[in-house]
Amino acid sequence: MSAAKKVFLKGNEAIAMAAINAGCRYYFGYPITPQNDIPEYMARHLPEVGGEFLQAESEIASINMLLGAAATGVRVMTSSSGPGISLMQEGFSYLAGNELPALVVNMSRQGPGLGGINATQGDYFQAVKGGGHGDYHLIVLAPHTGQELYDLTIKGFELAEKYRCLTMLLGDAILGQIKEPIDPWKPEKTAGDPDREWLITGARGRQPRLIKSLYLADGEMEKHNWRLQEKYRRLAAEDVMVETRHTDDARLVVVAFGSMARIAKTSIEQARAKGLRVGLIRPITLYPFPTATIGEISRQGARFLTCEMNTGQMVEDVRLAVENPGQVEFYGRPGGSVPTPEEILARIEETYQD
Amino acid sequence: MKQIFARPASLTGKNFHFCPGCHHGIVHRLVAEAIDYFDLRERTVGIASVGCSVFLYDYFAIDVIEAPHGRAAAVATGTKRVLDDRIVFTYQGDGDLAAIGTAEIIHAANRGENITVIFVNNSIYGMTGGQMAPTTMLGQQSTTSPYGRDCQRDGYPIKMAEMLAALEGPSLVARVAVDRPPNVKKARKVIRQAFQMQVENKGFSFVEVLSACPTNWGLNPQQAVKRVAEEMIPYFPLGVLKQKDVVDVL
Amino acid sequence: MYYDVIMAGFGGQGVMLIGNLLAYAAIREGKNVTYLPSYGVEMRGGTANCSVVVADEEIGSPVVGRPGSLIIMNRPSLVKFEPRLQPGGVLVLNSSLVPAAECQRDDLDLVALPLNDLAREVGNDKLANMVALGALVAKTGIVALEAAKDALEDALNPKYHRMIPINQQAMDKGAALV
Repeated sequence: MSAAKKVFLKGNEAIAMAAINAGCRYYFGYPITPQNDIPEYMARHLPEVGGEFLQAESEIASINMLLGAAATGVRVMTSSSGPGISLMQEGFSYLAGNELPALVVNMSRQGPGLGGINATQGDYFQAVKGGGHGDYHLIVLAPHTGQELYDLTIKGFELAEKYRCLTMLLGDAILGQIKEPIDPWKPEKTAGDPDREWLITGARGRQPRLIKSLYLADGEMEKHNWRLQEKYRRLAAEDVMVETRHTDDARLVVVAFGSMARIAKTSIEQARAKGLRVGLIRPITLYPFPTATIGEISRQGARFLTCEMNTGQMVEDVRLAVENPGQVEFYGRPGGSVPTPEEILARIEETYQD
Repeated sequence: MKQIFARPASLTGKNFHFCPGCHHGIVHRLVAEAIDYFDLRERTVGIASVGCSVFLYDYFAIDVIEAPHGRAAAVATGTKRVLDDRIVFTYQGDGDLAAIGTAEIIHAANRGENITVIFVNNSIYGMTGGQMAPTTMLGQQSTTSPYGRDCQRDGYPIKMAEMLAALEGPSLVARVAVDRPPNVKKARKVIRQAFQMQVENKGFSFVEVLSACPTNWGLNPQQAVKRVAEEMIPYFPLGVLKQKDVVDVL
Repeated sequence: MYYDVIMAGFGGQGVMLIGNLLAYAAIREGKNVTYLPSYGVEMRGGTANCSVVVADEEIGSPVVGRPGSLIIMNRPSLVKFEPRLQPGGVLVLNSSLVPAAECQRDDLDLVALPLNDLAREVGNDKLANMVALGALVAKTGIVALEAAKDALEDALNPKYHRMIPINQQAMDKGAALV
């Protein structure tokens, strides 16, 4: 990598810059800590490229403005954190039912309630298990470095368009505030296909179109739901992303995502330096979850240590993925504290059996 | 033979599902006439709301987005910001606009968002089966105010047009009724002006239409029309409450 | 190479700025770097700290549990971070505000400098952070002093670029004393 062309940016800014470079020209949002760098960046830079930034009256309005824009097929995004994401859940459900592509960033903050503004992973369940009503999923991406925030923002738009789904980029205060040199590459594709047969444009010279999620006629609702499920099945078959490290000979495999995975990478190297055969599985897509990879590695007989900045959420999916749920231990810290590499190392040493 | 009356081209021709005596059909027609008048059918996007008017898309031969309950003005904002050369209107009832969607409508109005809002006020929740609305009259019985709306408990019927007219943002705020032919004629004119405002990029226009809901009021159509005239209009006075400059096209 | 440092002080003492500056210097040298600020709700005042990791290899944790060195600008920061410094680690301490005798450990490489006084000698109290960074860089070789001085151009808002020479003098001052 050439250092010359890199830019030194906060994670939040990296997301915003990536979105603009990916062709996103519309942002609707409402201020909330710790993600305000994103709307601030958008407010400053979208007008420079002919785009539009609008500060909404609430997160409920933001997500519905996004819905109205997404129906036209443009790349559009919003961002928020914990309480704001809770308010957006209604919109997420409608976007899923309407099958509209867009990107939402959750720089999550500690909860429940008003909570705190520091790093946490307490929103895992909300992100991957729904939160809004109905049988739907978001595509959930979990970056762990500044560069990955940038790259997955671009990927997020592409996946959203491929599946007509909402993509959530799930980060936290560490990822949002960390500054790193970032390669601000530009993707070739900066817009969805303008000929998609569902785009709302005004019915010029064609039959009127309809974006809706209400299905009252006999059998229609079930048919619609099966179609959504078929999309999720294809998503799981084609677009799972996961990083593995040192898993070939591992006796203990740490499973972690986002900031926690990055901290654990140091712990794992520390453990290896002590002669412990420790590996890492880092889900990059939290939905779809890398169930197959975890299942495969679990058949090597290694023990698993799931590490999260919460009291145990992803660990449930890890237990469902492994051959024997008894293989899986958990280390977690709830919102309010960030573990150091040494703390994770201590738990690795406790759990490790050669 | 000279044809003097026809279905507006912006309507599909599908028979309305509305109850006998319901005014949605008239309001639909007036909106379609306005769209036809300015030849907007192929560049209009309708935002359907939740309630009896959700089936807008069955009746209008235009592109439609179905909004979550109360959020039509926010959805319209998103669409209009992208398609700023297209015409975007919402069509909302009183539960949708004046209860759950109050924040969205006030802020869209205050931004002077260049959209048109048709607000059908029939003083009750129709589709869910006759519950109390924010516009339900004092003393009016509904399934959730079975002893009549009580201002001590439920507050007062909310006057949306007056509220929005107090803001700087809107360009046109009016209240009309469709209970009798002279009022229908006035409503036609005002609804047309509301679309004209948008065509001329003059900003936010809002037309509240007092309407009858005979089924949920427990009245027959004649009695319901009488109630609009005798109970609703005195409390919700008709007229143009606010209007920035617009050329009279009639 | 791998190097990490935590810098801490009162809000307004400029620890975030020198953290950024060190990061920019490392970028100039083609190294990987992470800069992680503490994050509070206070807009002014309070305590501030940041962690900077510089490495040739990929950087794992940006969260530093046991730093290899510290810049400590005030007393509360000494209390909080001294116990976490690795044995033999470098502690650059602002003895203008915290007497060296307040250090609890004797397994450290202590560089106690009256940073405020030294900064005043250069021309302005507010340059204490630059004196500290100059001292750290000279002591540890984490980046070249020249890279740090050049990086002022990257780290400072252009409207303060006329202040670059005096900032460089402050860094030289700190570097000369270790």
